[in-house]
Amino acid sequence: MDLMTLTEIVRSLWVVWLMGIFFAIIFWALRPKNKKRFEDDAMIIFRNEKKDGGPSHG
Amino acid sequence: MTTASLASSAQPETVEYYDGLIKKFVIAASLWGLAGFLAGDYIAWQLAFPGLNWDLEWISFGRLRPLHTSAVIFAFGGNILIGTSFYISQRTCRASLFGGAGLGNFIFWGYQLFIVLAATGYLMGITQSKEYAEPEWYVDIWLTVVWVAYLVAFAGTLIKRKEPHIYVANWFFLAFIITIAMLHIVNNLAVPVSFTSAKSYIIWSGVQDAMTQWWYGHNAVGFFLTAGFLGMMYYFVPKQAERPVYSYRLSVIHFWAITFLYIWAGPHHLHYTALPDWVQTLGMTFSIMLWMPSWGGMINGLMTLSGAWHKLRTDPILRFMIASVGFYGMSTFEGPLMAIKVVNSLSHYTDWTIGHVHSGALGWNAFISFGAIYYLVPKLWKRERLYSLKLVNMHFWIATIGIVLYITSMWVSGIMQGLMWRTYDSLGFLQYSFIETVEAMHPYYIIRATGGLLFLTGAVIMLYNIYRTIRGDLRDEAPIGGVVTAEEGAR
Repeated sequence: MDLMTLTEIVRSLWVVWLMGIFFAIIFWALRPKNKKRFEDDAMIIFRNEKKDGGPSHG
Repeated sequence: MTTASLASSAQPETVEYYDGLIKKFVIAASLWGLAGFLAGDYIAWQLAFPGLNWDLEWISFGRLRPLHTSAVIFAFGGNILIGTSFYISQRTCRASLFGGAGLGNFIFWGYQLFIVLAATGYLMGITQSKEYAEPEWYVDIWLTVVWVAYLVAFAGTLIKRKEPHIYVANWFFLAFIITIAMLHIVNNLAVPVSFTSAKSYIIWSGVQDAMTQWWYGHNAVGFFLTAGFLGMMYYFVPKQAERPVYSYRLSVIHFWAITFLYIWAGPHHLHYTALPDWVQTLGMTFSIMLWMPSWGGMINGLMTLSGAWHKLRTDPILRFMIASVGFYGMSTFEGPLMAIKVVNSLSHYTDWTIGHVHSGALGWNAFISFGAIYYLVPKLWKRERLYSLKLVNMHFWIATIGIVLYITSMWVSGIMQGLMWRTYDSLGFLQYSFIETVEAMHPYYIIRATGGLLFLTGAVIMLYNIYRTIRGDLRDEAPIGGVVTAEEGAR
């Protein structure tokens, strides 16, 4: 096997590798075990509210 | 976890946010926005009445057009992006800005200098003729310095955060900053004629240059005009609606899908050119795939209001934000459609493209920015509320009618133009000469320029409103939409 063939094989592995990472991220995001922590994370913007003042409308 | 929650309960009062800096960015964005909209509307009237260039080279269409695009994208959009990214990162990290006021002010004034250097260059005819990357080499180098300083300040703030998790808005901002740095450097690799000359030559040539340019150009759309503004959406929509984002997990998937896919979509700007066919097909395919994360993001933004839709009746600021998410959905549907080769063969080089860009730029980018500005001004200047919500409402409707006039006239004009270009007579000759298509578009140019004038008027109303708010005035007015009862609200 020469270097060119090797390069081609490694290049096509790159696609597999990226897809693998992406599916791992989806698994991580949708895993029921992580539901609670993501719900907590969504609340970050409302912490430390007092210093920030109330809502701007009204 | 225990230490983190201890820290959060014991320390929040000691964090100092550099809000004076953000005030500057908000004011700069508002003023540059007005200048950019004015330049845009002026060249829209020039297209309808070419005599409006008064035979002066400095205000000819070719020089004012990059002035307009750079002013709205980089001056208006850039200032509001940097400003909101500093506002959001400090608050969601519970950390003060890395580098403090010194680094912050360098970024602010350095960025304004970049804008002035670029804009004055265009008017004098200094350009490297790359769309959205017109500034010459010395301006590019200066922007690189400022941008790296921006990355340091932003990433430094994330690193010294007291909040264990990095809120998703910051991910979008970080992707925006890093990707723009990469795109800017690669697309602007150039050799100056001499160190005392403004002129340079790009190191790429031919089709490689075209591909690099549109790899840059489309990802400027993807990471400057999309990722950065999505960062704003993921903070300001939930804050203004006073409820967390519909699904944080969807926002995680939204972020990574956008990041993985956008970078490949550039070739759809080069359909039916010397670019190899397989690259065109690749670009088309990735553009169509982008439809999914885009709509996932739109649904996430819109559904944040689930169970609280009544707020739209009484809160025109929220209306700006939600309408912007709607326009985001609309233009990210239209974009993949236009990236399909057969559709592109009709739409490319016509006004349809201009209409598409403006449904995204005016509807999505400008509207979410207006929402953010209206949200920020009372908070930053510590006012009870805005001077007038009625004026916000007026701004919303005038600007919306302006956008509708703009995009509908460009649909009709663009499709007509495309069809006229491909019409043959019975002998196989082209039916219409080029100038006949230009004549046919004249009425639509007037409608478009009128729409732009309405949009500009809305921006003037906004400036007046924030000026009075900053002065500390409150207009005495009844609440919008009357008082909402709990029963109605639940519907």
